[in-house]
Amino acid sequence: MLSLQRITKKFGGVTALEDVSFHVAGGDITGVIGPNGAGKTTLFNIASGLYSQDGGEVHLGEKNISRLPTERLARLGMVRTFQNVELFGKMTVLENVMVGLHTKSKSGIFSCACKLPGQIREEKTIRSRALTWLEYAGIAELEGMTAASLPFGKGRLLEIARALASEPRIILMDEPAAGLNSRETMGLAELIKKIKASGITIVLVEHDMELVMDVCDTVVVLNLGRKLAAGTPREIQENPEVIAAYLGEG
Amino acid sequence: MTKEQRDIIIFAAFGLAVLITPLLLQGNYLLNVFVFIGINTMLAVALNLLLGYAGQISLGHGAFFGLGAYISGILTTRGAVDPWLAMVAAALCVGVIAFIIGFPILKLKGHYLAMATLGFGIIVYIIFNETVDWTGGPSGMSGIPVLSLGPLIFDSDTANYYLIWAVTLMTMLLSINLANSRIGRALRAIHDSEVAARVMGVNVRLLKVQIFTVSALISALAGSLYAHTMTFIAPASFGFNFSVELVTMVIIGGLGSIYGSFLGAAILTLLPEFLRVFHDFDIVIYGLLLIVMTMFMPGGLSGGFEALAAAIKRRKEA
Amino acid sequence: MENSDQIIQYLLSGLSNGSIYALIGFGFAIIYNATGIINFAQGEFVMLGGMLTIFFLDVFQVPILTAILLAVGVSTAVGVVFERLAIRPLKNASPLSLVIITIGASILIRGAAMLVWGKDTHALPPFSGNDPLFLMGATMLPQNLWIFALTVMIIMASKLFFNYTIFGKAMRACAFNSQAASLVGISVKTMVLLSFMISAAIGSLAGIIIAPLTMTSYDMGIMLGLKGFCAAIIGGMSSGLGTVIGGLLLGILESLGAGLISAGYKDAIAFIILLIILFLRPEGIFGKKETERV
Repeated sequence: MLSLQRITKKFGGVTALEDVSFHVAGGDITGVIGPNGAGKTTLFNIASGLYSQDGGEVHLGEKNISRLPTERLARLGMVRTFQNVELFGKMTVLENVMVGLHTKSKSGIFSCACKLPGQIREEKTIRSRALTWLEYAGIAELEGMTAASLPFGKGRLLEIARALASEPRIILMDEPAAGLNSRETMGLAELIKKIKASGITIVLVEHDMELVMDVCDTVVVLNLGRKLAAGTPREIQENPEVIAAYLGEG
Repeated sequence: MTKEQRDIIIFAAFGLAVLITPLLLQGNYLLNVFVFIGINTMLAVALNLLLGYAGQISLGHGAFFGLGAYISGILTTRGAVDPWLAMVAAALCVGVIAFIIGFPILKLKGHYLAMATLGFGIIVYIIFNETVDWTGGPSGMSGIPVLSLGPLIFDSDTANYYLIWAVTLMTMLLSINLANSRIGRALRAIHDSEVAARVMGVNVRLLKVQIFTVSALISALAGSLYAHTMTFIAPASFGFNFSVELVTMVIIGGLGSIYGSFLGAAILTLLPEFLRVFHDFDIVIYGLLLIVMTMFMPGGLSGGFEALAAAIKRRKEA
Repeated sequence: MENSDQIIQYLLSGLSNGSIYALIGFGFAIIYNATGIINFAQGEFVMLGGMLTIFFLDVFQVPILTAILLAVGVSTAVGVVFERLAIRPLKNASPLSLVIITIGASILIRGAAMLVWGKDTHALPPFSGNDPLFLMGATMLPQNLWIFALTVMIIMASKLFFNYTIFGKAMRACAFNSQAASLVGISVKTMVLLSFMISAAIGSLAGIIIAPLTMTSYDMGIMLGLKGFCAAIIGGMSSGLGTVIGGLLLGILESLGAGLISAGYKDAIAFIILLIILFLRPEGIFGKKETERV
């Protein structure tokens, strides 16, 4: 489904990523872990088109998406969430998810300004589908609240609901459990499993090892910009190099 | 009552108020002022689409206003073109200019965008002043024909009032529709988090340029109407000071509020009439308003009204 | 005058104006490097320098040097007030709010100047007379020499300041990494304040030395500010050689354009250059491209 080949990225004199390659199988949940500074978020940013890599390619299915700008990726079925939850703060919870449906709708400036019948119909559809996604994520009762006023955990759920609204094939989640308490993390795990059950591929960057071991089918370990290991959660747990990398950091 | 129904009632009430105002004013000179409020409302709404919704600052919108006015003026005085046709041509011309400039200029952000639009505005202003053969230079261009529709000639305050406000109401209605739509949400998304908007598939670059173009187009239209209403235009009306005045109108009224733009336009157009001293203090007042409103009342007056309405609603329910 | 003499004339006046643009650009760069903000009001400090000097000369009849010192002092004070009232409270405001407030503050300063001094233009007497000097076939006024000399002095002084004094080094540290700087005990807030003070001082000095050549009025700040900004942009916002070259380049291009193409469009030329640079290479000729961290 998603294939990163020999990704290299330098920032000035610092090599953030060096020759990183791995493959994400469709329908799987893949975790990307590693000590701080390993380059995980940089990898995500490259995969989602926000940074351009200095070397290597990214493929989504058959398509080479290496040089595509971010905005094209949603239509190709890839979305992502952010470590520090990028919500549309001044808009309501419902409106946030409605923006998620942007690629599933098409009324342009003219038909919106003139309120053509097609646009009115489409607007109703957008609204009802957005509500459905809020229910899916379990936050339907918050629909009228301003996104910025949400408690952090609910904000995370909103970001996921918004991403799901675009009906992606694959979601990249950047540290979705960060800042959540254990009850919220369990809820998140349930939601992630529900998403996988619907056929969507998930890639997670995470530090919460319990969550990773619980939901992931495959785990990729990065350290200092290189791929250290890849395998099932069990294999990774028992990999001496991985253990050394984490303990060495301590 | 649904939100849609409430919106329609508010607009209808507003339209009614606009309709009967001349009857209430009965030829009072204020009618002339209200014509200007109409034009300024159009301009403020146009700028609000860019500034309030998409969150992109422009300190050069006076230039688009002026370009519309001058192109209409030149086509009708030197080219003997039909004024309505000239108006369409001017709007299209300015739209094209805005579209072309929009791509490079909207790559810039924050202060850089402010400086670039400021620079653009000054360049256009200098062109107005220097191309004396076309524009009449600093002393302006006179003899611009009035508009007419069959037997109806728009040469009185009352006629101009209805003409301008018809266009302004239309602009407001279309803008309200736009704001409450998929496009409006996309614009506000760009304002709140450009990166998240991109991730959700919004073509940020293109949409910014599109709204910039629409904004310029409306401003140019206002300029043409202004030219035919005043029959005289001069570069001084289209310079940096006026661009700042427009930004102040939008800020006072409230970023992202169409009715707010009307409020802002009305206040800044009426104040000089009631406060003779206002004219001397105007620049200071604009500066103060910009600072105070942004710091303490970011929602502008319309935000203030909404907060008041919400507070009253809570009282009632309690 | 022969053509080559004319060209030399344009070059010299371009260098003269360019020095001023470089000084103003310096002010932009210093604040930008310390805070990441573009000080929209920089041009107003330039205006204040000239206007205040004339004010002290005319109203209080003090000798010129005193007037200059007072003017720079008051301008610096205005810079402090500006930083305290408009910048410091807004550390966490949205970028758009910051832009609007700095614009509002610069308009406020301009408006206040208009109230106090009216819309007339005023003239500052040149520092050492008006007898033209002849150099390489071109005419120069003594004031032009003052401009060159003072610009070089100010730039050298700031080089010394930034490279050899503890305050200067601290400010550079803040520019690179304000978190790290505060961890080693540098008060970022003080450095920000200092950057505004220095920029205001340099800006007002620029306004003073050019005032005898151009007329000073309440609204000269906008044009000069934009041109200084252009110089800083060309130089990549460096508080060093880049901005100097940027200013000189702008001054020369503007002067040649005005002389060879059209005088009325002189200001437009500078702003067209500004737009071209912003469109094509916003990091300037000497700056490096910035990457945004998400």
